[in-house]
Amino acid sequence: MSVLTEAGGSPPSLILDGVSVRYGERVAIQGASLKVAPGELMALVGPSGCGKTSLLSAINRMAEGVPGCRVGGVVRLGDRDASGLGRAALRRQVGMVFQQPNPFPLSVIDNLRFPLAEHRVPRRQRDTLAEQALRDVGLWHEVKDRLTQSALSLSGGQQQRLCIARALVLAPRVLLLDEPCSALDPVSSRVVEELIASLKGRYTLLMVTHNLAQARRLADTVTVCWVEGECGCVVESNTCEQVFQAPEHPITAAYCGGEVG
Amino acid sequence: MHRSDRWAAALGVIPWLLVVAPLMLLLAALWQQGQDALSLAFLLEDPRRAGRAGGIASVLLSTGWILTVCLAVAVPVGLGCALFLSEEVHPGSAMARRLGFALDLLAATPSVVFGLFGYQFFAITLGLGFSILSGGLALSLMVLPLMIRSTEQALRGVPLSYRRAAEALAVSRWGWVSRVLLPNAASGIAVGVILSVGRALAETAVLLFTAGYVLRRPDSAFDSGRALSVHIYDMAMNVPGGTERAAATALVLVALLVSINVLIRRLVRRPFAGVV
Repeated sequence: MSVLTEAGGSPPSLILDGVSVRYGERVAIQGASLKVAPGELMALVGPSGCGKTSLLSAINRMAEGVPGCRVGGVVRLGDRDASGLGRAALRRQVGMVFQQPNPFPLSVIDNLRFPLAEHRVPRRQRDTLAEQALRDVGLWHEVKDRLTQSALSLSGGQQQRLCIARALVLAPRVLLLDEPCSALDPVSSRVVEELIASLKGRYTLLMVTHNLAQARRLADTVTVCWVEGECGCVVESNTCEQVFQAPEHPITAAYCGGEVG
Repeated sequence: MHRSDRWAAALGVIPWLLVVAPLMLLLAALWQQGQDALSLAFLLEDPRRAGRAGGIASVLLSTGWILTVCLAVAVPVGLGCALFLSEEVHPGSAMARRLGFALDLLAATPSVVFGLFGYQFFAITLGLGFSILSGGLALSLMVLPLMIRSTEQALRGVPLSYRRAAEALAVSRWGWVSRVLLPNAASGIAVGVILSVGRALAETAVLLFTAGYVLRRPDSAFDSGRALSVHIYDMAMNVPGGTERAAATALVLVALLVSINVLIRRLVRRPFAGVV
């Protein structure tokens, strides 16, 4: 069965129930629970070292590849326990975009054909799907005349949009974004932000960011993580308005007010 | 240009001279000694009168055979071992330390020891005798540590961000290795191959023990054959009046090394891999 019929479809809710990530004896994050409604964008904010990226990597099981890493708790996509999915099937449904743009050192078009080929999408469909993904991220008109040039020749912002297109080409239903704008200049950052805003409704989005203003602009809900002792934890998960205007937890108020962090 | 910048530029020439000058001196000395013997006929004719007359065609042919056997074994085995080390063995682990120690020990082993082992194992035990096959296989054992180490370094140098992107897309192990890892490490791997070729072409002791030194053209890989380095040694040390032809052969050897170096570098100079 093609990836595009197996994955795709309407976005599911993403539910984390008591998720913990440990690296040997060190606990990166403990007992994290949150719920992202279908098609919503949740921003995950908090100081460095509070386990935000570890939490993302627990969702698509990237953490499993780290020596000594143990993940506990339950991750659900809609009604389905993600642990029941194979790693490939899970990562087809849950795309990921990283902090640094990291296109493969292949041509622009091959960056999109490659994952499709890996997931056995028929050859005749690949170029159509690649073009669609490039259109979805607003990159088609910028690169249509240099599809066979190296992806590394693109600007930083274009590379990051290509990476988003690479994640989207497999038709995931959930997208994990790990500080997708933090390595970009302000202009590119704004373009990527607009792109992320346009993805809301079609994908369930969980975005790590240090930029509170960005979280305020983009997010429907915000989860605040904090470090207690040497262990990360979730202190509050609420709507964007609630977190920024009437936070329930004093740490949230102090962090969002810029008093700590 | 500022005065201090001019000084810095002038000083920068010194290391360049220190590297290039010995090479130039060596080539000049070889050219002076061997230029009269060099001609097209020298390359195309077989040696006569123990090398005092004729050319080095049969020696070139034997060298090509030996090098082919050596690389046919060393490149795939070296690549496989390096892939295992870079993909499966965690750097700093006990296994990495043990394997690293073994490789360093092998790399530091004198070539004459490989020659003795090659003679005992390939020529006697496996019954291959003094042959191109024995020589090529013994040489491949000798260059393997170099090939593995340089390839491993090239593979470990591929950015981690590519690996993470591939993992996030659930790219298969084969897809990762064939489409991203190897194309990106190609220039580093090529350096390993070039160094191995250089070491194999320059080797004499191993081949004296295994490939022999008969001057006739080999009919097959089971025939004995004389490599360029052995021919240079023999002409310079054992054949009265052979110095000029030894120098001419050395010039051919250097030209061969440079050509192989340029060829391999051109082959791997690709900014990105082909079409999916």
